[in-house]
Amino acid sequence: MNRCPEIITEYMHEYLDGEILPEHKNILTVHLKSCADCRQHFQELEKSIALVKSISHVQAPADFTQKVLMNLPKEKKKVSVKRWFSRHPVLTAASIFSIFMAASLLSHWSGDDFSVTKNPDLVIENNTAIVPEGETVTGDIVVKNGDIRIDGKVDGSVTVINGEIVNGESYMASAGQVKGDIVEINEAFEWLWYQMKHIFESTMNMLTGKE
Amino acid sequence: MDEFVKSRIKQVRKGDQNAFGEIVELYKDKVFQLCFRMLGNSHEAEDISQEAFIRAYINIERYNIDRKFSTWLYRIATNLCIDRIRKKKPDYYLDAEVAGTEGLTLYSQIPASQLAPDEEVSKIELQEIIQNEILKLPEKYRAVIVLRYIEELPLLEISKILDLPIGTVKTRIHRGREALRKQLRHI
Repeated sequence: MNRCPEIITEYMHEYLDGEILPEHKNILTVHLKSCADCRQHFQELEKSIALVKSISHVQAPADFTQKVLMNLPKEKKKVSVKRWFSRHPVLTAASIFSIFMAASLLSHWSGDDFSVTKNPDLVIENNTAIVPEGETVTGDIVVKNGDIRIDGKVDGSVTVINGEIVNGESYMASAGQVKGDIVEINEAFEWLWYQMKHIFESTMNMLTGKE
Repeated sequence: MDEFVKSRIKQVRKGDQNAFGEIVELYKDKVFQLCFRMLGNSHEAEDISQEAFIRAYINIERYNIDRKFSTWLYRIATNLCIDRIRKKKPDYYLDAEVAGTEGLTLYSQIPASQLAPDEEVSKIELQEIIQNEILKLPEKYRAVIVLRYIEELPLLEISKILDLPIGTVKTRIHRGREALRKQLRHI
């Protein structure tokens, strides 16, 4: 064995790695036929591999997965809700429908572009409609997502959605300058928003059977 | 199967623990076996393989979903095993000579399991012998031998698991094989 070239052992390992070149394999085969020591060495290597492979059938304990899951950090609540949805498709469809419905209602209210009724006498400044001093605006005015300042007079009603009447004065003062009604929809909007949120939440809780 | 694992991992990333349970089911035997053969006792093996799965869960964001999940998982498990082996390493070695004696090692003080010469070595005893020989390998050889012959993984994957060049993996496997050959040839 000692007189055999080191390279033969190298080839044995190349062979066992499944990466031997054909010419190396030929050299190895020829050598093993003639050298009993190397043949034995090679057989011992193969035998020890077979022995090691023979013990490779161990299974994890029966409660393994359960134990892992018990020791994980707590699951986020929204996930269990999601999983619940995927198991109850009909109710999921119903709740998606109600979400869309609520969303369309909301978008109607919460579009945040400033808009105001067209009127040549109105002056617009930074999301504020101004009725200039000395002017009288004829017709109803609707201001959305912005404020209105009334320095002059309005011959009609003023409706402010999502904004307010600013002039540092009280409604009473403004009221004198406006012939029609003054309506601010902020409160109504807030109330509606609250109602929708409330309905949505109780639906969710009912669906998930929690709280 | 890769697609199955990928879809589960996406759910796990959203925090779904049931999906992680399916992953554990899929790999628990492989990971447990790896730890068992590295550490040599089932109690520690269970401890470490549990830990490996929990770490995988906690660090799931760091896993690159385009790579093989098992490689990443084996890597966590192998590193934990190697850490454990290093920590519990005794400050004496069985094959160190006992002081004041000549050529007498601690091995010779352990009563050999007495077998009648012609008695067949039972299958369980044989398994214990093989396991013990694996445990005698230094951990760097032990890891490659276990990954190669117990888990039956290709060299390239072992090199990824251990983060070593493939040449180093080969050298270690060769040395590990030679060491095992010397220990196991008389069985």
